[in-house]
Amino acid sequence: MNETHVLIIVVAVIFTNNILLSNFLGMCSFLACSRQIDTAVGLGSAVTFVMTFTTALNYLIYRHLLLPGGLEHLTFIVFIAVIAGFTQFVEMFVERFTPKLYYALGIFLPLIAVNCAILGAALFMVIRNYTFVQSVGFGFGGGAGWALAIILMAGLRRKMGYSNVPRPFQGVAITMVVTGVMALAFMGFAGMVSIQ
Amino acid sequence: MSFVLSVLVLGGLFVALAGALVIAERVLVNYGICQVDINAGGRTLEVEGGQSLLSALYGGKVFIPSACGGRGSCSYCKVTVLAGGGPMLPTETPYLTRREIRTGVRLACQVKVRGDVQLRIPEDLLNVKLFTAVVEATRNVTHDIKEIRLSLIDPAEMSQRAGQYVQVQAPSPDGPVFRAYSISSPEYEPREAELVVRLVPGGIGSTYLHGLTVGETVTFTGPFGEFRLNEDPAIEVVCVGGGCGMAPMRNIIYSLYRRWPERSCWLFFGCRTIQDIFYLQEYEDLARRHPNFRIVYALSDPIAPGEQWHGETGFIHLAVDKHLEPGVDRRAFLCGPPPMIEAVTHVLEAKGLRAGDIFYDKF
Repeated sequence: MNETHVLIIVVAVIFTNNILLSNFLGMCSFLACSRQIDTAVGLGSAVTFVMTFTTALNYLIYRHLLLPGGLEHLTFIVFIAVIAGFTQFVEMFVERFTPKLYYALGIFLPLIAVNCAILGAALFMVIRNYTFVQSVGFGFGGGAGWALAIILMAGLRRKMGYSNVPRPFQGVAITMVVTGVMALAFMGFAGMVSIQ
Repeated sequence: MSFVLSVLVLGGLFVALAGALVIAERVLVNYGICQVDINAGGRTLEVEGGQSLLSALYGGKVFIPSACGGRGSCSYCKVTVLAGGGPMLPTETPYLTRREIRTGVRLACQVKVRGDVQLRIPEDLLNVKLFTAVVEATRNVTHDIKEIRLSLIDPAEMSQRAGQYVQVQAPSPDGPVFRAYSISSPEYEPREAELVVRLVPGGIGSTYLHGLTVGETVTFTGPFGEFRLNEDPAIEVVCVGGGCGMAPMRNIIYSLYRRWPERSCWLFFGCRTIQDIFYLQEYEDLARRHPNFRIVYALSDPIAPGEQWHGETGFIHLAVDKHLEPGVDRRAFLCGPPPMIEAVTHVLEAKGLRAGDIFYDKF
């Protein structure tokens, strides 16, 4: 049973243990959708929404169905199914209420289902023995941290549009370099809070 | 025992997830029946919400032009949406000018019907129908151009104007698409539709049409096109074209001479070699009956040794420049590749025509 306060978890997973910048999870949609700030905000919100609800759902299924039944070996497949189903639901929701975002995200909306950050959050929740409230907080914080990273990257890429990036670095290469530098910067938060 | 439980739990979970998604779809993606109002009451359709405006219109038998089958790549399906279209999508903006965006022009294949929609489309399009026809005859007029004669079945007659085109449904790996072809049969043959098609390697429409045999069924929508032959017989008509641009011009010439046997008309036809010439004999016969019909064919490739050619050489716009007197009141119809159209337009403007007097097919 994990004793950490839920707010500490939220702050930690956004800053000191940022799921993207510390654990390097969820990189592909991060690299692909960080070109425009609007798209980044949209995708960040969608991922936060999915991460919060699926971590909570996965907690309930794990604690009350898999553990009592001795079915821990089904953890991965069940988590993935829940995440995929939920992403489908989010897709319908976004298409219905915000069609512009739907078309801006394109294929990356359904690709949220295979975003390793989301599965990663669910698995961390299992490994670290979080309670329900901690899981919800962790899911929300994880998503918020991911969103923070992608929005920051979008802003930086806009600025980079005015720089003289050497040809071999243009595109994904410079983005990955900058991501590394951002990760170094976020390491400056180390020691502020700690969850492990 | 644990296997059975695993399978049951997994199966049960998947069924529960699928069930929840089906319910969500019913609730979220259900738009109900929507009203599509065309031209302020001119036509009203009741369609199922959730589909593209293009498929809703086709379902209601309003056949607006579309070449790519709704994939957002041809921009033929432009309509003016007055209300209910939702936000402009990034898939549409590359095909629309700023003025079009301001006036509410949208691509019908990208607009999703989520509620009542109000549209404006050219009145002509409400007369466009879906035709079923059978191939009556095919004839190779040059090594790569084929004349295909279709006999209409349902509806049995098509009232068309010279210069109009139809959209033929052709099969493609992604499903049926429509390709536009001008009608080369004249207006006074309403039970037939004749097409003149050049075989383009890899082209979906031309490969399909060239592969047709007599007796096969063809589906097409039409007629489309805003061209109108000027009704004043004193005004000269000039047709300039290349390759399968002959199709609409043939319709125009024959329709014109049925109505005004004395009217002055020029046909300028440009192609590369003697092998690319067709219909010359037929037109010379027509010119014998109508002395005011003048024909000029121009070959742009050098004449091969041993060939005999008494007509013009060089590009067609030079022939136009050479033969037309400046200052005559005339209208022009152009059909061919964009560089030809540009060159000929310059020549015609130098002869005194205004931009509004020159019509050209954009495909």
